[in-house]
Amino acid sequence: MPIRDTEGQKIWQRRSGRESLSHWVMWLIGVAIFAYCWQQISNATTWFFVWDAPRIAEDIWTRATPPKWSYITQLGEPIWDTLNIATLGTLIALVLAVPVAFLAARNTTPSTLFIRPIALLIIVSTRSINSLIWALLLIAIIGPGVFAGVIAIAIRSIGFCAKLLYEAIEEIDTTQVEAITATGASRWQVMAYGIIPQILPAFAGIAVFRWDINIRESTVLGLVGAGGIGLQLSSSLNVLAWPQVSLILLVILLAVVISEWVSAKVRGAII
Amino acid sequence: MSLSETNLETRLGRPWKKPPFIQRRWLRWSLMLGFIAYLIAAYMTIEVNWSRVYEGLERGKQFVLAFTSPDFTTRSSDIYEGMLESIIMTVAASVVGIIISIPIALGAARNVAPLPVYLICRGIIAVSRALQEIIVAILLVAIFGFGPLAGFLTLSFATIGFLSKLLAEDIESMDKVQAEAIKASGARWTQWINYGVQPQVMPRLIGLSIYRIDINFRESAILGLVGAGGIGATLNTAFDRYEYDTAAAILIMIIVIVMALEYLSGIVRARVQ
Repeated sequence: MPIRDTEGQKIWQRRSGRESLSHWVMWLIGVAIFAYCWQQISNATTWFFVWDAPRIAEDIWTRATPPKWSYITQLGEPIWDTLNIATLGTLIALVLAVPVAFLAARNTTPSTLFIRPIALLIIVSTRSINSLIWALLLIAIIGPGVFAGVIAIAIRSIGFCAKLLYEAIEEIDTTQVEAITATGASRWQVMAYGIIPQILPAFAGIAVFRWDINIRESTVLGLVGAGGIGLQLSSSLNVLAWPQVSLILLVILLAVVISEWVSAKVRGAII
Repeated sequence: MSLSETNLETRLGRPWKKPPFIQRRWLRWSLMLGFIAYLIAAYMTIEVNWSRVYEGLERGKQFVLAFTSPDFTTRSSDIYEGMLESIIMTVAASVVGIIISIPIALGAARNVAPLPVYLICRGIIAVSRALQEIIVAILLVAIFGFGPLAGFLTLSFATIGFLSKLLAEDIESMDKVQAEAIKASGARWTQWINYGVQPQVMPRLIGLSIYRIDINFRESAILGLVGAGGIGATLNTAFDRYEYDTAAAILIMIIVIVMALEYLSGIVRARVQ
């Protein structure tokens, strides 16, 4: 414990001289990096527009209120599409994520040297690319529409589901697996009676959690043309129909809140 | 021949069967049927133009092949500028977001803040979490104009909701004894927070911050689609022009940076815990 002695009085210090110096240098570097970043953002900004921002915000607000309630009749089908994109996408993702998770988990993978890295690469690459980018790509390949949205959500969710699932598989209680193995069970029987019952609650929790996230993500997929309520949002924005925009935002908000509530209830019931 | 077949069965007993997950038979079946009915209804709404898909498969193959020969050079200056802008937005927004989210997290923890402050802070968190980044970005671009400033503000706003919520939960579940010991020594409120609360939640704050930097970088890649700066704009043009080799190069860079951040966060978290 570093103690400084000044005129016979001992003062406790948290760090020694060298430690505190290196701390200061690190903080200084951090502040310098931040200052540089801010400088770059500031250079790329037209400050004239920013000073005008309060007036523009107020202008948009007065245009957007009250929402055009009669427009709601046209939102039924898009919101149903959005729900379907999220649900079907989640289901496909779960089907694909299960084998990936078993290949990625240290205790079930056939080969830690070759197959595990491939599974981990699948997990990282599907997770790091946003569903909007997947949607852009799929639209270029298979054309715009709900189908592209479903596949985009499915691909995007594989990594998330597989990551959480393989962590659950790695954390299982091995004594149960040993007990099943000791009865002379085959590899698949060990899987069915020793491993799967242990990860089933985690699996159900992950499924509902991801479904909730996917509802959020699928509401904006339409911005790039992949179906759902985002399509209405982008066409309303294009013609600057702010009362319609505000109504759509309210509907999206409601959908997100309801899906979050449903997912919390279901997870509470399972776990 | 006295042992008839039925007699044998009663002696052996029936083989064990796994009990079903839902015990009530009618509930199990109606749930299953309802689910299948939903799947069919949902499937009907998807219109798949299979001939279009078939044509697209060729392009899909080209895209997959593009990953074997990504083109970093043709649009190198666009990619470089876009990436730099994404990283700059990520760093600046993470710093500002984390700094703002700490007081909000303190305010949103019921054991630290009084009720009115608690409600206000919880309200801020709820609004920030309910709005997706891309929608916030659209609104902020409309208000502040095109460019990285809108992206920076979007990411800062999203960071506040994420970080404050998780940090507040951590503060609420902290060990009271340590904090009380500091209070008993006659510490002021700021000293109480600094020596009683902060050391307990610091590892969690660092871990969450790094995780959020990771998320912010991934999100910054799409903000360009609506004009809020970053690599998204370059990526969008690449897709529009069917320049798959450039798109592949950008996607590879995103994946590599995310992987590097994940690896880094593993090291840092191992050190602070």
